[in-house]
Amino acid sequence: MNPYLAGTMLGLVLLLAMYLSGRGLGASGGLKYCVVSIVGAVDRQHADNSVYYSKYFENDSKPLKNWLTLEILGVLIGGFISGAISGRLKLVVEKSPKISAGRRLAFAFLGGVLFVYGAQLARGCTSGAALSGMAVLSLAGFVTMMAIFGSAYLFAWFFRKNWI
Amino acid sequence: MGPIVTLAGLPEWIDLLIALAIGIGFGFALEQAGFSSSRKLAGMFYGYDTTVIKVFFTAAIVALVGSQFLSYFGLLDLNLVFVNEFYVSAAIIGGIIMGAGFIMGGFCPGTGLSALSIGKIDAMVYAAGGLTGAFLFAETYPYIQNLANGHYKGPVRIDEALGISPGFFTFLLIAAAALMFWIAEIAEKKFARPDITDKI
Repeated sequence: MNPYLAGTMLGLVLLLAMYLSGRGLGASGGLKYCVVSIVGAVDRQHADNSVYYSKYFENDSKPLKNWLTLEILGVLIGGFISGAISGRLKLVVEKSPKISAGRRLAFAFLGGVLFVYGAQLARGCTSGAALSGMAVLSLAGFVTMMAIFGSAYLFAWFFRKNWI
Repeated sequence: MGPIVTLAGLPEWIDLLIALAIGIGFGFALEQAGFSSSRKLAGMFYGYDTTVIKVFFTAAIVALVGSQFLSYFGLLDLNLVFVNEFYVSAAIIGGIIMGAGFIMGGFCPGTGLSALSIGKIDAMVYAAGGLTGAFLFAETYPYIQNLANGHYKGPVRIDEALGISPGFFTFLLIAAAALMFWIAEIAEKKFARPDITDKI
């Protein structure tokens, strides 16, 4: 799809989230609630004793019954529908022909670890902090956006062999 | 008048149903934008594909201008819309860590989920890494609490910080985006990699 048209569609979805629920879009938050829920199920005592996890279990609340968790469930459904319509459903490792699948997957894992760790620290990722933050003129949103893109450009030289 | 759920006092299950519907729209838009491809996303940082900046800034401006119009016509109370709180050091250091993760993994969390949903195996591994990252953050939280909560400024807006009106800032942002789109078009010609972009 034309990028400006896709951007308009994304912007309208964000506007709808603001108008209906008074909030923006997010992705890393939903992953956090999944982890909190798993930790609570595996070792409830550890969760209750932790300054971090315990706040999500106060008043018998269930971390999976949450706006952000249902939203990322929707992302999976919406992405699948779009891929089906456009004929892009395919099990594949996407990578540069110059690198092995193992190398691609190792970097994918490491990238995921770093991105979500940073997102927890900054209280939002490209969606929740940068995009949604900019739409409400949040200073934090603009600063996080510049830090993400600035840092990615800075590190791009070191990882160029993985992509070009 | 919006936000509907807050002002109409709708029950939680309706809000969660809205979350699911918004998510479906979000995932659909990300996948249609081509963000289910890591090589397309990474193109942003090597110049051969600048879809990221076009989609990202178009979306931010549509939502920003749209919400300001809704507010102007009395259809949306912006005071009831969440504004991200500014923890200066956490925003900057977290952003730098995210940028490194972006160029290594080729996705951000949202685009990773949209790629996962159409069967990209690298995105599935990325998401597993993401869950691990959230787990590591929770476990290391006691040691980085000061960094995470330091230099707190509250939900401050950029127009307040610069001492200009929201409308004027929006105008500046649109002008900056137009300039970036122009540069992006030039970059795509200069750094073109047809061998990559033909496939994605």
